[in-house]
Amino acid sequence: MKKSVLLGTLAVAAVSAGVAAAGTLDDVKARGELNCGVNTGLVGFAAPDANGNWSGFDVAVCKAVAAAVLGDPSKVKYVPTTGQTRFTALASGEVDMLSRNSTWTFSRDTDLKLDFVGVNYYDGQGFMVRKDLGVTSAKELDGASVCIQTGTTTELNLADFFKANNMTYQPITIDSNAEGEQQYLAGACDAYTTDISGLAATRASYADPENHIILPEVISKEPLGPAVRHGDSQWGDVVRWTLNALIAAEEYGVTSANVDELAKGTENPEINRLLGVEGELGKMTGLDNDWAVRAIKASGNYGEIFAATIGEATPIALARGLNAQWTQGGLLYAPPFR
Amino acid sequence: MTSASDAPEQGFRLSQLIYDTRYRSLTIQVVTFILVMAGVAWLVDNTIQNLNQLGKDFNFGFLSNRAGYDIGQQLIPYTNDNTHARAMLVGLLNTLWVSVLGCAAATVLGIIIGVLRLSHNWLVARLMTSYVEMFRNIPVLLWILVCIALLSEVTPSPNAYKINPETGESAVSMLLFDSVAVTNRYTAIPAIEFTNSLGTIDTAFAPISLNFLLIAVVLIVSIWGNRRLKAHAHKVQNETGVRPVTWWKSLLILFGPLLVVLVALGFHLVSPTLKGFNFTGGNNVSNAFVALWLGLTLYTAAFIAEIVRAGILAISKGQSEAAYALGLRPNRTMKLVILPQALRVIIPPLISQYLNLTKNSSLAIAVGYMDLRGTLGGVTLNQTGRELEAILLMMLIYLAISLTISGLMNVYNKSVKLKER
Repeated sequence: MKKSVLLGTLAVAAVSAGVAAAGTLDDVKARGELNCGVNTGLVGFAAPDANGNWSGFDVAVCKAVAAAVLGDPSKVKYVPTTGQTRFTALASGEVDMLSRNSTWTFSRDTDLKLDFVGVNYYDGQGFMVRKDLGVTSAKELDGASVCIQTGTTTELNLADFFKANNMTYQPITIDSNAEGEQQYLAGACDAYTTDISGLAATRASYADPENHIILPEVISKEPLGPAVRHGDSQWGDVVRWTLNALIAAEEYGVTSANVDELAKGTENPEINRLLGVEGELGKMTGLDNDWAVRAIKASGNYGEIFAATIGEATPIALARGLNAQWTQGGLLYAPPFR
Repeated sequence: MTSASDAPEQGFRLSQLIYDTRYRSLTIQVVTFILVMAGVAWLVDNTIQNLNQLGKDFNFGFLSNRAGYDIGQQLIPYTNDNTHARAMLVGLLNTLWVSVLGCAAATVLGIIIGVLRLSHNWLVARLMTSYVEMFRNIPVLLWILVCIALLSEVTPSPNAYKINPETGESAVSMLLFDSVAVTNRYTAIPAIEFTNSLGTIDTAFAPISLNFLLIAVVLIVSIWGNRRLKAHAHKVQNETGVRPVTWWKSLLILFGPLLVVLVALGFHLVSPTLKGFNFTGGNNVSNAFVALWLGLTLYTAAFIAEIVRAGILAISKGQSEAAYALGLRPNRTMKLVILPQALRVIIPPLISQYLNLTKNSSLAIAVGYMDLRGTLGGVTLNQTGRELEAILLMMLIYLAISLTISGLMNVYNKSVKLKER
């Protein structure tokens, strides 16, 4: 079995050589389908419904890119990846991009040969516990059993947090969010730790969300964003500016409802450039001039996507917080379109 | 060559390589060898090329970096400040630990079941048959998952042992005089402690407890002494025909020194107590370990039972009849006649069962037991992104373990082999 893994790895590597050489953008266009690596199932971010249709905050980024490149947001093949398999899947060419709540870190960007193209969710790591445990702060978790997804940055943050606070814990390693939920609900761990957005999404899927609390401590910075392979700048640009277009669209008030209207021309030259009325921005990335219009039409601008998938009106009920526009006191700041 | 008719006196022709039976097999071997080597060369070249294209190099430097993650079960001291290499070692020891205990338990269970399956008692024989058929025909992964599901769903959480201040009682009470607590995370068992401890010697690998070292030495000396006693009794029996009474001397030699040492060291057990979220003070045997061990044991025991049964059935009935005719009792017959011969049949397939169990222990990932696959092939691989290096290293280690087991068992096999004179 071990041997076949190696041969498989080599075979995948062999296939990917062709992909990388041809340029991902041309490859996606030729294939007519975008392979997008997503979570195996995290309500609100990426989860399939009963009919197998994927939806969620991360999925919307895949759709926007597919719309910009291929003209059709439905031409996406969603490849579910675990914390363990995601980067290998990207490096080997199995997926064209990752949109899977992955933290942008130095070593991933450099040593793992990935390129994070931006941040679509500013997150931090937290803890969820049962209310009847009587714990109100993460500092009271000394000696607790903690469920933790393996292969994630949270694993390292957890070790650092307990060490810094001179506390001990029993790590219970799990492979996917689903397994973590099961272990946590079965009581095999006192606390479940992952990004707070992930905790909120997990809690929303419980039958009794009111019996679980997310502790106030945020023990790390987790900028989550889409990633592409290192070395293909053109494709990186396409994904980066598609994400920026969604963010800028919210800033300028371009929504999925009014984008067609605004694409006929407005008083604001920035909007005109974004929507391809003025200038040749689309051509510079190897796309046509309507790319941003299609991307915004796919599932709306950043604010619309947020509200529809994880916002306060949804069961996950996340506040915008750090993820508000810079004009609203948040961190979202799209570079100028010119 | 003398029987062959004289070949026409001609020089060597190329077609002889295919049509001449003297050269044909050589030709085929050379061609196959070249093809295999070309395949290997292509794979290696392809890998190097693709690694270059991805901008990745091939080195094992990551092993000396700080690991940064924690491991649940550690047989040697480990903290998240240690290196990836140390984490790998911890995982390797966990693999060996579950494999050794699994092999031992599977052998005992397998022999019992194999012998019982030959029982003349209809019910016992059928029960054992159904055990074997059920366990060996369902994938071992499912048995491991069944074990973990049973352990985590049926057992109470550590909280249940908390004493309710109103009633003064806990929902669940501990077993065996309050010394063992079975929970849905682990089984808390008493720890061994010594009042007059001799301390430990710190080595880079692991601290060695002098107490256990002393106990081991005493045990070995006792066993050696017992053997000498038996040999002496044998000699006396051969000379005089009367075997001296040895049982109480044996007991004294085996357990006397051990007891003295234990009392001198102040040996006692410390029961685990619930403190905060979890039990402390004792040893917590994680459910992941128990489930993996149990699953592997139950599964492999079914195969070993069949091997044992086959070994016993391979000895012809005439052998035991001859032994009875010589006046040997059934248990002496089994010990002196049947088993020595059956072992020769049993051991070679037993080796491969041990190898299977060891390799199957990599299914630990299913229950979150941090074995070699979980540390080197899991977290380390993920955190460092060194897939090729980690997988290659892991393959090498498993290969080395398997070859070692196989080598040791072959030595044992030689020692029980038929001595031809």
